[in-house]
Amino acid sequence: MLAYVVRRILILIPTLLGVSIIVFLMLHMTPGDPAELLMGERATDEALEQIREHLGLNEPLHVQYGMFLKRLMKGDLGETIWTRQKVWTEVKERFPATIELSVCALFISCFFGIVLGIISATKQYSLFDYLSMLGALVGVSMPIFWLGLVFMLIFSIHLAWLPISGRLSVDITLETITNFYILDALLTRNWPALRDALWHIIMPAFTLSTIPTAIVARMTRSAMLDVLRQDYIKTAKAKGLSQFMVIFKHALRNALIPVVTTIGLQFGVLLGGAILTETIFAWPGVGKWMYDAVMQRDYMVIQGGTLFIASLFVGINLIVDVLYAVINPRISVQ
Amino acid sequence: MTMKSTKAFKNPEDRHPFLQQLDQLWRNKTAVAGMIIVILFVLTAIFAPLISPHDPIETSLYDQLKPPIWHADGSWKNILGTDDLGRDLLSRLIHGARVSMAVAVVSVSLAFVIGTLLGSVSGYYKGFQDNLIMRVMDIILAFPYILLAIVVVAYLGPSLRNAMIAIGITYVPRFARIVRGSVLEECEKDYVTAARAVGANDVRIILIDILPNCLGPLIVQTTLSFASAILDAAALSFLGLGAQPPTPEWGAMIARSRSLILRASWVMTFPGLAILLAVLGFNLFGDGLRDALDPRLRD
Repeated sequence: MLAYVVRRILILIPTLLGVSIIVFLMLHMTPGDPAELLMGERATDEALEQIREHLGLNEPLHVQYGMFLKRLMKGDLGETIWTRQKVWTEVKERFPATIELSVCALFISCFFGIVLGIISATKQYSLFDYLSMLGALVGVSMPIFWLGLVFMLIFSIHLAWLPISGRLSVDITLETITNFYILDALLTRNWPALRDALWHIIMPAFTLSTIPTAIVARMTRSAMLDVLRQDYIKTAKAKGLSQFMVIFKHALRNALIPVVTTIGLQFGVLLGGAILTETIFAWPGVGKWMYDAVMQRDYMVIQGGTLFIASLFVGINLIVDVLYAVINPRISVQ
Repeated sequence: MTMKSTKAFKNPEDRHPFLQQLDQLWRNKTAVAGMIIVILFVLTAIFAPLISPHDPIETSLYDQLKPPIWHADGSWKNILGTDDLGRDLLSRLIHGARVSMAVAVVSVSLAFVIGTLLGSVSGYYKGFQDNLIMRVMDIILAFPYILLAIVVVAYLGPSLRNAMIAIGITYVPRFARIVRGSVLEECEKDYVTAARAVGANDVRIILIDILPNCLGPLIVQTTLSFASAILDAAALSFLGLGAQPPTPEWGAMIARSRSLILRASWVMTFPGLAILLAVLGFNLFGDGLRDALDPRLRD
């Protein structure tokens, strides 16, 4: 098991190096002077010379990449053009918001996806099965940036049930410890803030969960159908076990093995989708921050944010692979 | 008994596999529904200038924010209403199909050609080339969802052309992986050994002998990639990174309608439904094709 984990981590190194090369090269493939791109148009000649010196922009490309990598190792992602803050500081400020939103969306998609998948599989070819699978197909075809706006129109504007944007109402005070608002509200026993935070997260989380829910539902259904056809299920039924016991105790355990991988892969969809969802709902996370950076051409933020999100994604995939090996001992030996 | 039943006496297994597949596709109702949507979408895209009632980018100060026909103030002149510049929504939607179609064709072709090339080299020559190519594919896959496309466009500059390039690049690994897998499998078979024995060169073996046998999964992937390319292009344009005004693009239309959400919700509703329908069509059709062409994935 340990050997497997170590090997998986070793495979990560070339991938992460590749990601850093792509991010590094992109700046150089962009037309224009890299120093000017990084410092913005208003930069003085002095400042430009300074950044050239600091980043070694006058050196050959491979030396520059070496310096870039060295700075990365030290956790130095540079300074933003607009706020002149450390990129890393800004990432740390914003990333709890993104994780909070993604995790909520993931919970929603796991719950609805697995439940729909199980019911569809046990009632194969029923009306429920057809409708939920059609719903799942609509789900994977959904432009979520549009769905978010439709939700807004219905639930915020027409019905006025849910707040239209943001993470917390202005009149609510919350002492932040972890910057995960739901967690903070629980820790400080601040119930009005908890309610408010939950109220704010419902719409963006449901919007973001659309595609993963659909994918998880389809995967659960087909995995469940595979398992239900196997002999040991017939045996369990023949023993006279109740339908409930057969499904939840015997079938689900094995059916969930491929579903776990699918769920893990959905984190990529969530992290990418967060850029769209956060932009629509003015959710102050990494996604909205990246979008603003793209609009303002803040290349330091784009570089740092891309590296951060890609590393996070690669790390999560590693965890999923290891988890998969743990729950499915058949593959860990190889 | 009629002619039909005498025909049925023939063993269905004797028929050409292609006909069997076609038959199976035809019996799949959702796939046929998908195919109809796809055909309508393609026809709309091709004949856009002929069927659209107005010029999609012509503004009209007198016709701003006209509601659709079923509203009390609606009129036959603008069946789906107009946007804030008085442009006819139906015409913009029709021309939008053309833009989406173009993006999908260009970006998926790009990914198809590069991916197939890399995948064949990888699977046929194995060894060092294979390792190198597959590691590069892993790197591309290390960027979640549309992040890579967003970053590429952020650097190249926002335009429809760059959006196509960006989407094309992000789709290369799917094609490369499929082709590599199929080629690896086919290379073990006797007909490849036979081709080698008679002295056929590698390019001929790959192009003429092996690739036609990998067509099934490739066609399925191409169809499903059309769906995601339309969706991703709309998302990029929504973020202002794809089509630029006044191009009638569905995602860009939704972005523009955000400020009108209170006054004129129809400006936002229709482009979204158009995206949903087009993407759904390709997904339904692609799923049906997969069931018919790729028996391994059938359940």
